[in-house]
Amino acid sequence: MPEQLIFSIEVFLNGLMAGVLYSLVALGFVLIYKASGIFNYAQGVMALFAAMTLVGIMDGQVPFSHLINATFGTDVHHFGWQLPALLSILLTAGVMVLLAWAVHHFVMRHLVGQEPIILFMATIGLAYFLEGFADLMWGSEIKTLDVGLPQGLNETIDEVTYNIFGYGFFIDNLDIVATVIAALLVVALVLFSQYTKHGRAMRAVADDHQAALSVGINLDFIWVMVWSVAGFVALVAGIIWGAKSGVQFSLSLIALKALPVLMLGGFTSIPGAIVGGLIIGVGEKLFEFWVGPLVGGATENWFAYVLALIFLVFRPQGLFGEKIIERV
Amino acid sequence: MKMKLATLALGALMAAGPAMADLVFPSLSYRTGPFAAGGIPFADGYADYFTMLNERDGGIGGVPVRVIECETGYNTEKGVECYEATKNEGSLLYQPLSTGITYQLIPKVTADGIPLHTMGYGRTSAAYGKVFKWVFNYPANYWNGASGAINHILELNDGDIAGKKITLLYHNSAYGKEPIRTLEELSKKHGFELSLLPVDSPGQEQKSQWLQIRRDRPDYVLFWGWGVMNQVAIQEAANIRFPMENFIGIWWSGAEPDVLPAGEGAHGYKALTFTATGDDFPVFDDIKKYVIDAGKAAGNGDKLGTVQYNRAVYAAMLAAEAVRKAQEIHGVADINAAQMRDGMEALVITKERMAELGMEGFGPTFEVSCENHGGPGLVGVSQWDAKAQKWNLISDFKPTDGEVIGALIEEDAMAYAKEHNIELRDCN
Repeated sequence: MPEQLIFSIEVFLNGLMAGVLYSLVALGFVLIYKASGIFNYAQGVMALFAAMTLVGIMDGQVPFSHLINATFGTDVHHFGWQLPALLSILLTAGVMVLLAWAVHHFVMRHLVGQEPIILFMATIGLAYFLEGFADLMWGSEIKTLDVGLPQGLNETIDEVTYNIFGYGFFIDNLDIVATVIAALLVVALVLFSQYTKHGRAMRAVADDHQAALSVGINLDFIWVMVWSVAGFVALVAGIIWGAKSGVQFSLSLIALKALPVLMLGGFTSIPGAIVGGLIIGVGEKLFEFWVGPLVGGATENWFAYVLALIFLVFRPQGLFGEKIIERV
Repeated sequence: MKMKLATLALGALMAAGPAMADLVFPSLSYRTGPFAAGGIPFADGYADYFTMLNERDGGIGGVPVRVIECETGYNTEKGVECYEATKNEGSLLYQPLSTGITYQLIPKVTADGIPLHTMGYGRTSAAYGKVFKWVFNYPANYWNGASGAINHILELNDGDIAGKKITLLYHNSAYGKEPIRTLEELSKKHGFELSLLPVDSPGQEQKSQWLQIRRDRPDYVLFWGWGVMNQVAIQEAANIRFPMENFIGIWWSGAEPDVLPAGEGAHGYKALTFTATGDDFPVFDDIKKYVIDAGKAAGNGDKLGTVQYNRAVYAAMLAAEAVRKAQEIHGVADINAAQMRDGMEALVITKERMAELGMEGFGPTFEVSCENHGGPGLVGVSQWDAKAQKWNLISDFKPTDGEVIGALIEEDAMAYAKEHNIELRDCN
């Protein structure tokens, strides 16, 4: 088999894995948009906040220690414990539920019935607030996140592909784990929304919140639940991206990777987020491999948006999005 | 009542106006945003050194130092705003720790007559003092860095690197592109094969680049990264099992936050440097005693001895030494920005002086002159020990290829002078 083709297969597989990571971020956007029509600009910052909180809880860091020390002249930084990863993840999920309640109670509840652009701008404000709040709570330093996820070359794939192609493929163990987690997450979300009482209520609210209200569904509860689920998805994304690069401010920028995925897959479809992510991941990696060297490289960031824009021209609602029909 | 109002107004005026009996050093810091991990220790070290001078010596030459911190978030526009907001405070020197901000400030400081010191960053050709009167980049610049890396590789290969494959992985920005020209020249001179791999900012996703490195199998990878790009690149290098001792970063890609997330995988990674590592220097005893233990540290005091903190202490020390030189030249203690510039241009850092400052061997010895604002460009190499979790200096501060770099600096500076209609200074 020609060398370039073998390399292309490796790039393709890595693109699929990268796509899964993008989908993870995009899922959080879709959940909130589906249920409340809000494009949550703060989703990336939520991933950052979740990851910082997880590291803080695991390492026993005292929240707001800088503020406490500066105000009271104390010198407290750590509680002195090191919690197990699983317990820390559960506690962090609890914090994300609290955050969801706070976001709804203090911000979104007061904006019910407002124009989508108002809600969007509220989430921009929320993103900036949360950025500063996370910094104040846990500090701006880069933190190492180790929840026991494997990283590095997968030996088996390397060996098998070497035997077949004479060239061992590089697939990162972390990417494989991320793919499994993303698959489980999607299955769980689908099961939740199709087969549970609250899931069905969530879908009802998504279809028509006034009709849902009229049949006795508690809107406040459903919206808090949706923000909580989005917070949990943000936590999963934060863990995986944080394991790759350390937990730091740049985690919030992963939202930029989700935007072309949403444009391509549609804002209202969970399968759309997955398929969109895979197309963007594979597309940008193959483009970089084939065309990158001819144009000086570093094509991935802009290519994802170009691809999404091309899709927008032909299918504005995205691949799986709901077609908007407005009759006059 | 009128009297009270007048007193209040006078008080407010006095509070708002510049305190004339201070040596003012604005600190264009970034404690927030994607690059805060590098910005925080630098801002802490810069402030702590001056606080130590104030507490221990009563300032410099009897005049206290006042550091005005302004948050830029590593954002060029905010950096310029910070400059405009602080320049009339009697500011003596700007060190923005950002190549982007530096490029914007060069014409501004030139017009306003305030010196700019871009230690190991910024516009490399600013070393050419005949064109850049107000800008200094001693003791080393990016082109010294590029040459220092190649010299290190030459040493490892007994002086022959013809046919070797060297890849430059760089931040796709003005900063990351800086070494390309020098490396191209050095590639012609030494016969190595240079390939270029850009990574778009912020650099969170580098899979394509590292797959290519894995396919091409270069002998060495040189690395010009900043922020999250550093952590991701070092993790990816560990993932593909690239030999870390052949992975060499510029000084902005070689601090503790860059290597810690990769754990054991980062062991052996190298970074260029022009400052020493660790806290085994008497100057740190004084910083501990007069600043940290006294509760006057800019941060929480836990960054002392880390790479960026040390570099900031060194930057502050060079500024303080330039003040002393300016005071000596002009015979006044409360100097102004123009006098500060004269002090910088006449700066001499000797081994003896470094020892007096409690920093013997902390950085290279050098002299600044009218022609040469960049110093001799001595560069060392440090290596990360993941088990001990510390950087070790594995070489002396050694000379770089002055012949190649000098010619490139002059060429670039002359082009700048022509473009901006700048008359060359007479340095004779």
